[in-house]
Amino acid sequence: MLLEFTNKGIYCPQADVYIDPWRTVDKAIITHAHSDHARWGMKHYLCHEKSKAILHHRLGKEINVETKKYNEPFTINGVGFSLHPAGHVIGSSQIRVEHKGEVWVVSGDYKTECDGISDAFEPVKCNTFITECTFGLPIYNWHPQIDVFNEMIRWIKQNEADKINSVIFAYALGKAQRIIQNIYPYVEELYTHGAIENTNKILRESETNIAPTILINKESDLKKIKGKVIIAPPSAQDTPWLRKLEPYKTALASGWMTLRGARRRRNIDKGFVISDHADWNGLNSAIKNTGCETVIATHGYTEIFSKWLRQIGYRAIAEKTQYEGETADISNEIA
Amino acid sequence: MKQFVDLYKQLDETTSSNEKIALLKNYFLSASNDDSLWCIALFIGKRFKKPISSTQLKQWVAEKTNLPYWLVDECHHIAGDLGETIAHLAYTNNSEKNILKNLNEIIIEIASLKNKSDDDKKAFIKEYWNQLTKDEIFIFNKLISGSFRVGVSEKIIIKALSIAFKIQENEIAHKLMGNWNPFETNLNELLFSNQTENFSKPYPFYLAYALENELNNLGHTKDWQAEYKWDGIRGQIIFRNHEIFIWSRGEELITHQFPEFEHLKKHLPDGTVLDGEIVILKNNELLSFQHLQKRLGRKNVSKKTMEELPAAFIAYDILEHQSKDIRQLPLSERRNILENIIPSNNVLIHLSEKIHFSTWDELKEIQQKSRTKSAEGLMLKHRNSSYQVGRKKGDWWKWKINPYSIDAVLTYAMQGHGRRANLFTDYTFALWHNGELVTFTKAYSGLSDEEIKEVDAFVRKNTIEKFGPVRSVTPQLVFEIAFEGIAFSKRHKSGVALRFPRIARWRKDKSISEANTLDDLIKLISQHV
Repeated sequence: MLLEFTNKGIYCPQADVYIDPWRTVDKAIITHAHSDHARWGMKHYLCHEKSKAILHHRLGKEINVETKKYNEPFTINGVGFSLHPAGHVIGSSQIRVEHKGEVWVVSGDYKTECDGISDAFEPVKCNTFITECTFGLPIYNWHPQIDVFNEMIRWIKQNEADKINSVIFAYALGKAQRIIQNIYPYVEELYTHGAIENTNKILRESETNIAPTILINKESDLKKIKGKVIIAPPSAQDTPWLRKLEPYKTALASGWMTLRGARRRRNIDKGFVISDHADWNGLNSAIKNTGCETVIATHGYTEIFSKWLRQIGYRAIAEKTQYEGETADISNEIA
Repeated sequence: MKQFVDLYKQLDETTSSNEKIALLKNYFLSASNDDSLWCIALFIGKRFKKPISSTQLKQWVAEKTNLPYWLVDECHHIAGDLGETIAHLAYTNNSEKNILKNLNEIIIEIASLKNKSDDDKKAFIKEYWNQLTKDEIFIFNKLISGSFRVGVSEKIIIKALSIAFKIQENEIAHKLMGNWNPFETNLNELLFSNQTENFSKPYPFYLAYALENELNNLGHTKDWQAEYKWDGIRGQIIFRNHEIFIWSRGEELITHQFPEFEHLKKHLPDGTVLDGEIVILKNNELLSFQHLQKRLGRKNVSKKTMEELPAAFIAYDILEHQSKDIRQLPLSERRNILENIIPSNNVLIHLSEKIHFSTWDELKEIQQKSRTKSAEGLMLKHRNSSYQVGRKKGDWWKWKINPYSIDAVLTYAMQGHGRRANLFTDYTFALWHNGELVTFTKAYSGLSDEEIKEVDAFVRKNTIEKFGPVRSVTPQLVFEIAFEGIAFSKRHKSGVALRFPRIARWRKDKSISEANTLDDLIKLISQHV
């Protein structure tokens, strides 16, 4: 087997390297900088150049990071590797692994729609495709993001007219910047929570273009923040920091907002269905475009999704990993 | 249709009661009278016979989308709501969305499906699925499959109607009672016609909150009337125009389930409405709620059943006397009338006993012994109180005895519905018996959202086996289960059935070896009688 599932992560024995391992190893190739894929303690990290700054920010200045560009081939112990855009967040990569004519691709997390900030997903031909399936059910079908952002802007404008702040909860790396880039032409000022602003700062320093944002801190004149847009991480809900910004309405941008129950349980006023993961059609088309014979489903609705793939003619199995697709608490996962 | 869909969406997106009232008021003032009538009927929970089964809907959506049936079924389990599941599956954005029919028209079309062939039904449904937007498909599916749950209480509907049509809330509440049928009436008749034309119409029940203060804060004992709180079905007996009607508190007409009350015609004056408790009373012994349940939900009650399980009415109050609404009279005066009207030594009807007490301490002792009377506690009513509408604080209080409780082990979990969809919230519990865990009850309410999340995470990590939506889990968590009553039952594996079981708290301090045994539970039955 070119790649194996071990208790430390996805392992290539021939190259002696792990992909997104969850326990300490010597060599790790990292698909993207989210914390369930990029963990602390590896002796050597390899990732896309746009992931480097965030990796250092999250895992420490002292870690040893090597970077590659997309489509730049490299060899480890005779095994060929290359990184290809996954379209999930800035710097996110699919990992292509080739040995003796056999090709495997590890998708990491991905989405097929171009979000205007991450490099767009690129289908890579392979024999075996290791796919996520966070939203691997046919009830998950995203609308084009332009429609969702139009809806978001309408909501913001209504709140603006009512002199109510619009608080949008989004994951600090990826979703937050995607929202900022897509709504800033339509709003005067964009305010941020510290967690979001930190990520913005690092991305700006590594020459990613992020629209100007204003950090809310102790010095901020809260009286001026009325009818404005505030981007905050979901953990800011029900905190004193947020209560100072009353009156406000809250929204959560997540694929999980598809279901009414998920939104109502979180006590959120408005749900925007916008995800950095592929929806049902995205997953199916991505798999088809790889031309693969075998699919290994890693996180999400793995059992159901692989059963479906078998029914339409693939060799498909589900593997257990520690990526947070099948998380118990969907409210913590901002997919 | 679009207007109603927008209303539903907006109601769903707010938690503020005032905003909900404003949204409904605007709807009632701008929608057609027919649509407003349907809106009221749907939101206060009127149910209609389903012309199409859930299985058929799932089969047709599988057909439409070229998905296997099992996958549609899995989606349903995970989303929790069939109407919502189908909306996500059936929606296509490649066809014209041009259904301009109003709510009333669509409902009438759906109702007319009843006598059509399955092929005709399928063609009708698919046509709509193709032409509606996603939100509209959701509402359309809800109209087909019943059950509108949108977090709008009857109170909110009543307030909105009251503001929109400038009618007193109490009057609206009364008008919405009973078995009016939106297919047979119209908005004007429902809201503006003279009530006396409808002889069967009950009054809204006056409900009490649980006692929250010290008894001493209630003031003088002589201002209060105390009665037992019986464990039956709260009901209203209406005797008007030579006819008897029996209503349950759930606003169901249950006259035919209790034919013996027909005889009351001979013992009560015409033009009388009584509030009381329907119970099973055999040889002067009050039987448990479980026996009463056997009398409910039956189309025909046989003579044998009536002999085995004879029903009786314990009268608490009188709301109408000599065809006059006397709800505004003080309780003491109503009680006098009641005492004069209720015949003595009649097996069918009894006066709710007034408890004699001179100090609060004395009453407390009586309350604690109320289980020996087969009562579930006491009711306290101010002697000057009028008979009000709905649940109100101040004049009436219920004072229940503490529930039974037992520590049990979580063994199975199932995903919930609605607000709890996608979370494991419905649990099954077991007790020890001969070294094994024996299932004895289900319970789901009572945990905080935080605790539900924690249990949900536990279930996912500790699943032993999956049976469709149900998972068996490693026995590890102990919960205190509270319940109001207990009785032997042949239909349950454990041999006992509980009344109102719910989770009182999570006993994180206990390991499963410290959970109770089935014998512990059975001992409670002997205490109960």
